[in-house]
Amino acid sequence: MTVKSNHVTIKGIKDGLVFLLEDECDFEDLLTELRYKLEHSHTNILAGPIIHVDIKLGSRFITGEQKQSILEIMKQKGNLLVRSVESQELKPEEVLGSNITVMSGMVRSGQVLHHDGNLLFLGDVNPGGSVTCTGDIYILGALRGMAHAGFEGNEETVIAASHFAPTQLRISDMISRPPDEWETWETRMEFAYLQDGVMQIDKMSNIVRLRRDFNMFKGV
Amino acid sequence: MGEAIVVTSGKGGVGKTTTTANIGTALALLGKKVCLVDTDIGLRNLDVVMGLENRIIYDLVDVAEGRCRLGQALVKDKRFDELYMLPAAQTKDKDAIRPEQVRDIILELKKEYEYVIIDCPAGIEQGFKNAIAGADKAIVVTTPENAAVRDADRIIGLLESSHVESPKLVVNRIRHNMVKSGDMLDIEDILQVLNIDLIGIVPDDEYVIKAANNGEPTVMNPDSRAAIAYRNIARRILGDTVPLMQMNAEQGAFKRFKKFFGMGK
Repeated sequence: MTVKSNHVTIKGIKDGLVFLLEDECDFEDLLTELRYKLEHSHTNILAGPIIHVDIKLGSRFITGEQKQSILEIMKQKGNLLVRSVESQELKPEEVLGSNITVMSGMVRSGQVLHHDGNLLFLGDVNPGGSVTCTGDIYILGALRGMAHAGFEGNEETVIAASHFAPTQLRISDMISRPPDEWETWETRMEFAYLQDGVMQIDKMSNIVRLRRDFNMFKGV
Repeated sequence: MGEAIVVTSGKGGVGKTTTTANIGTALALLGKKVCLVDTDIGLRNLDVVMGLENRIIYDLVDVAEGRCRLGQALVKDKRFDELYMLPAAQTKDKDAIRPEQVRDIILELKKEYEYVIIDCPAGIEQGFKNAIAGADKAIVVTTPENAAVRDADRIIGLLESSHVESPKLVVNRIRHNMVKSGDMLDIEDILQVLNIDLIGIVPDDEYVIKAANNGEPTVMNPDSRAAIAYRNIARRILGDTVPLMQMNAEQGAFKRFKKFFGMGK
């Protein structure tokens, strides 16, 4: 059997080895190649004293089962001691900005709309209903219920709605409710964001001041 | 094959039973074969409002458990030949029956009757699931209060995720003078939140309470404004186009007389 592709790269560092596992190929292919490399190459390195190994998965996320199968293969070489298996954290820039999912409908009382990423929702969110999102929330319609942006702790996210009348707003861990902290009777589209841990409301056209990562239209 | 319509609201006390009794009676007045079904097991009221309490022999649970035939449990109305009622059991609770059993009974009734109107209990638990199990359509009753609108919204959400076709809204107990002074939600506000079709608005009318206590559905009284509203709803169910009632219409000949001479407001 010959493996021509190069999904697995083994690098030496000061106190051990780093296994770089490519994040775009099929997981089964990855295992096959890992097994092959362990058995056929680097025989001089892979036999002998105990070596610490760090496994880096790039941006691939694996299940506990998959992790177990990697560890199982590593165990075949008694001298390799796996110190860590890690996936690279996604940078906020990668989650935010360009990609946005469009959904429509109506979030009624008692209903929860959860989305991983950024959401453009066409429809109303009624009192008692909630929208939770790991990224930004933009609502083309009325926001009368609860919206929670940056659900997993991203403080850079914003919440915007055509008709802005929420019962409560949450960005990351901050909870805010009108009219204690802010009051708005504007009919224009607005958005909420966090500034130094305090919820702020501003009109939509000012979002560019806050989010410079957006593609800005500058006119011709 | 008839049509089964469930009357529901989520919140209690907004007028589900009154609406069921009156829409059912109004349909019977228009010459339809109607059967009312009370699914509020343990807290049955429909029989009281209809004035048929003392005629009950068997009930919904008896039919479901096979203690009697469906025909034996039906109570014939004292006013109309083509109006029947299937009462709920009073001694059991909501768990005494399963949604499939209700569905089978409603299916059986639809063969015989043109309209089967189902009175749903308050809440979103077992009783609600039982009530909607056999329904083709739904009427959601609300009153112009925030709490009732909130619950109606919840119910509409549940109905939309069930097999029941797009629900229609009845706004009950509107007081024109309070709406005018801004103390009561107006129809537009409610419709904006709930976003479903309106099938009728019913003014607050003291006669409704009196009629319910006498076991006589309000629709029987042509002088009551609520009665006219219920008749209009029945006609809309039959597919007629009936304009919405003007809430500010003044009542009584004397006021009209005063207005004529420029003395009224």
